[in-house]
Amino acid sequence: MAIRQAPHGPIWRKRTTPQSIALWFGWLLLVLLFVLAWEAMTRNQIWAFVWDAPEQAADLFGRMVPPRWSYMDQLWVPLWDTINIATLGTLLAIVLAVPVAFLAARNTTPSPLLVRPIAIFIIVASRSVNALIWALLLVAILGPGLLAGIIAIALRSIGFIGKLLYEAIEEIDLRQVEAVRATGAGPAQVLDYGIVPQIMPAFAGITLFRWDINIRESTVLGLVGAGGIGLQLKASVDGLAWPQVTLIFIVILTTVILSEWVSARVRAALI
Amino acid sequence: MLRLESLTKRYRTGDLALSEISLAIPAGQVVGLIGPSGAGKSTLIRCVNRLVEPTSGRIWLDDLELTRLGRRGLRHARRRMGMIFQEYALVERLTVMENLLSGRLGYVSFWSSLIRRFPPADIENAFRLLDRVGLMEHADKRADALSGGQRQRVGIARALAQEPEILLVDEPTASLDPKTSRQIMRLLREVCAERGLAAIVNIHDVLLAREFMMRIVGLRAGAIVYDGGPDGLTPAVLTEIYGEEDWAASSDLSDTGPSPRPGVPDTDELVGAL
Repeated sequence: MAIRQAPHGPIWRKRTTPQSIALWFGWLLLVLLFVLAWEAMTRNQIWAFVWDAPEQAADLFGRMVPPRWSYMDQLWVPLWDTINIATLGTLLAIVLAVPVAFLAARNTTPSPLLVRPIAIFIIVASRSVNALIWALLLVAILGPGLLAGIIAIALRSIGFIGKLLYEAIEEIDLRQVEAVRATGAGPAQVLDYGIVPQIMPAFAGITLFRWDINIRESTVLGLVGAGGIGLQLKASVDGLAWPQVTLIFIVILTTVILSEWVSARVRAALI
Repeated sequence: MLRLESLTKRYRTGDLALSEISLAIPAGQVVGLIGPSGAGKSTLIRCVNRLVEPTSGRIWLDDLELTRLGRRGLRHARRRMGMIFQEYALVERLTVMENLLSGRLGYVSFWSSLIRRFPPADIENAFRLLDRVGLMEHADKRADALSGGQRQRVGIARALAQEPEILLVDEPTASLDPKTSRQIMRLLREVCAERGLAAIVNIHDVLLAREFMMRIVGLRAGAIVYDGGPDGLTPAVLTEIYGEEDWAASSDLSDTGPSPRPGVPDTDELVGAL
């Protein structure tokens, strides 16, 4: 804020002159960054490929339709696997993430200097690695299959659920907690009566949202051998069986829409 | 019964909230604690059940020195002190019954409370209390479905469910309308009389304090500046507690004050906030 005294009274402007100049330079730097990044990005681009992209796309699309509906017989089992990977992975993540969230929240952690940083580190580490990369590692360790997929989904989800849940815990109304403590309740009872009821809506929303995301993520885990419908997708792409690829896309799209619908209904019922 | 001896609280920010407070409250006495915002009223009652840790001084409940108790001893002692809060502090997403039974948490094991299986005597007593505060038909409603006055009644019932010996009451009427405020204050007085409970009631409404309290303690900047009957609250005393203000003009607090203007109803309700 800049208020300047003038002969006829104070003048108000939002920014002082140095602030305005700093802001202008900020925008200039952003534009320069964009130009440089664009230059670096397109340096190795072979433009001939880009120019005939519409032709290529039309050609591919021509080979993709109509979908090979009969291939559906072979998709039911992988589809069921995919849903199971997402659901079991989410459940496993809940079991692991809830304690981590309570250890990470400033108002429930037993030790802000030692335990909290460790819990936060677990959350950050989990969030920084994509489920596909977790799966890649786990397939190497556990061998290909559903188990690697479930654990990969769980490992990625711990950070997501843990972070959102600990933020919800930090935002609770402390007076309700104080009131329960004032009755002579022990720490576990304070948790059960004072804190848990307050975070239940957030908890339900977060886990359902994550389950929804996990359905989508588990469709690609098969690409690296961690089970589910991604395996069929990879096989079909490698075999240039484009009509099968189309069918898989349709199946994935339908599943995601259904999971979206289910989670919306459950969320409405719980909150 | 409750005895404070040189109670001092200095917050970590350096603010001296209470300095050398000494006070004795016999069984069955209902004491109003009045004073301006920031005088240390809330801090004082929170020091008694040690939701706020006193910096120095001692507090006795009968022969038990509260300020020396360990964690377990403190939890047991808290069962004997029921607390009622300014904005009810009910657990909003639990039912009225669960809120009431949470007053029994100090008496039941964690597992019984987790599966909500309370002793039949506790549940019977909870129903009796609900009936006493007039909320029988709301037992299974969620607390956030009740009105302000109803919530405060649940708050009172929760405190009574503890079978306490003393009530610590923090601004019970601060978020209620004048009529409901008076009903709540009357209920508090009645339940204290029925059970022979002592109470410390933080209250900023001088007129309510005068009407419903047996004894008034005036707090200013963390020190007691008045201790006596409600009748002793003269304009001079109120000035001592709250600072300079034309006390006579706003109420019937002075015998030399002007008589009520015609056409303006002279009910306490209309002069709620001083």
